Amino acid sequence: MDFFFEVLIGGLLSGVMYSLVAIGFVLIYKASGVFNFAQGALVLFAALTFVSLVERGVAFWLAFGITMAAMLLLALGVERLVLRPLANRSHITLFMATLGLAYIIEGAAQALWGAQVHGLELGIEDVPLEVGGLFVSQFDLFAAGTAATLVLVLSLLFNKTRIGLSLRAVADDTLAAQAVGIRLPRVWTAVWAVAGLVALITGLLWGARLGVQFSLSLVVLKALPVLIIGGFSSVGGAIAGGLIVGASEKLAEIYVGPLVDGGIENWFPYILATLFLLVRPAGLFGERAIERV
Amino acid sequence: MLYTEAGQFSTTYRADRRVFRLRQDRIALGTLLAFAVAVVPLIGNDYWFSAILIPFLVLSLAGLGLNLLTGYAGQLSLGSAAFMAAGAFAAYNFNLRIEGLPLLVSFGLGGLVAALLSIVFGLPSLRIKGFYLIVSTLAAQFLIPWVLVKFGWFSNFNASGVITAPPLEIAGYDLSSPGGRYLLTLAVVIALAWLASNIVRSELGRNWMAVRDMDTAAAVIGISLPKAKLLAFGISGFYLGIAGSLWAFTYLGTVEPHGFDLARSFQVLFIIIIGGMGSILGNFLGAAFIVLFPLLLSNLAALLPVGLIDAGQLENIQKMVFGALIIAFLIREPDGLARLWQQFRARARRWPLRY
Repeated sequence: MDFFFEVLIGGLLSGVMYSLVAIGFVLIYKASGVFNFAQGALVLFAALTFVSLVERGVAFWLAFGITMAAMLLLALGVERLVLRPLANRSHITLFMATLGLAYIIEGAAQALWGAQVHGLELGIEDVPLEVGGLFVSQFDLFAAGTAATLVLVLSLLFNKTRIGLSLRAVADDTLAAQAVGIRLPRVWTAVWAVAGLVALITGLLWGARLGVQFSLSLVVLKALPVLIIGGFSSVGGAIAGGLIVGASEKLAEIYVGPLVDGGIENWFPYILATLFLLVRPAGLFGERAIERV
Repeated sequence: MLYTEAGQFSTTYRADRRVFRLRQDRIALGTLLAFAVAVVPLIGNDYWFSAILIPFLVLSLAGLGLNLLTGYAGQLSLGSAAFMAAGAFAAYNFNLRIEGLPLLVSFGLGGLVAALLSIVFGLPSLRIKGFYLIVSTLAAQFLIPWVLVKFGWFSNFNASGVITAPPLEIAGYDLSSPGGRYLLTLAVVIALAWLASNIVRSELGRNWMAVRDMDTAAAVIGISLPKAKLLAFGISGFYLGIAGSLWAFTYLGTVEPHGFDLARSFQVLFIIIIGGMGSILGNFLGAAFIVLFPLLLSNLAALLPVGLIDAGQLENIQKMVFGALIIAFLIREPDGLARLWQQFRARARRWPLRY
């Protein structure tokens, strides 16, 4: 039974990492209704920029600041060159535009900083820690702590500040928000910048675990089922979805995997998400307003 | 002046309903087909066949398959490559395990298997719409290649999991030379493109477009949404499956499941975005673009001083340009290259008059 719980907790903690990516999606989806496929590319871009700066001898916090500035510039550019000309177009069009954006950002990140794998040290050792008889990775705990802080900060931002209020207004009814004088371009830039910050933090945590390399941009694919299960429009749902996906895929790998010779981790979350779609299209915490057929 | 339609009247409904109403269009298409069938095999060399014409034709067919689903019926899919893989491996196994099965029949059976799988993964479309569907199609994209890799039966227990094309022979004619493979591909693509252009003009095609444009209205006027959507998934899967078999047998000869990865699905999606959604011609224009553009780019890079741009950088630049083109097309010309062609045609029809 101890083994079961160890797998479960390991899975839950790795699920936190998925949630981090999913939060980036939820932010942009909430504020602009765009399903942002480029979030993975943002993660790659942020992590590569940061790690390349650190390798060139820039101090940790300075590199963090410079990367954040780069993400802000990127957000400005995206709003100006992609979102504004495509305002009021269909969701599918916007989704495909972010696909193109993902290609541009991935290409640019690798053209600028090269394609080799960079190691990233955050100063947290990935050693197992014994908590109440179970072994838990210290790094995973740190990641969970970071995610919790991030969620706390984001919900404060959304619920207690003016910018958060305008974000929610835009998400609720774009036209009405514009009518009362909320500037759409600013809101979009802000939300893409915040998504950039989330991407940076995600990139650092994932990069420390996997090495900063191209495969970071593929974490976006892990976040999709998380979003479906948790619901597109809820930060809490992203966390819950991440935990469910993380725990269930690890358990399935351990207990079902041997029956079919392993490797089911890659598609299991998708099948789970597809079943969720059939049974509960809005996800666990999503708003009911999702368009039905 | 060349394009004037003066004097061409339809005197019967039949004549009015034909796909190409203008005599010039019919002549142009006929000439093009005659050129492709009769002249190209004589003048083409192996490089042109194997590296440009065959992939162009197969990708056009794959684009056509996705276009029926996404461009006409409005259901987004990111799993095109998985259905191509399913078609290829199914065709391979039918050909291997049923003695003396004609090649074209195994293509067809492979297409049917892909169609069935496509319908299964299209089932969630009955409850959800829009980009939620990408999850179910991505499930196909990850599950199908995994199954093909994991269970050796599908590749006849090949040690490296690859399938190899059977001898390409139809009615005693050996088609395994580059020219022969080109002709086989061309024949299949022409037949299926002809079928598709008739499907989209039939009741089914109009139902698809109604579902795409406004599903509620479509349901109100009595179109069965589940039937229209699942048929779209099925027919699209059939086309993709056949495209997959052609990709495996006439283009590459040897293929492994990883050849049909997510990048391939994106490639097919890009073909229809660049070529034009909801257009048959667009698939061919988009596929030509996707095949020729990287060649053009690498030739341009070769003109620059040696060492200025290495292969890795070239790939990055190619990615960025493709991404930028996708966005540019979505913003400026959502109907793609096919729309540009139509504009050119409209202008040619009134030339040299202004309007």
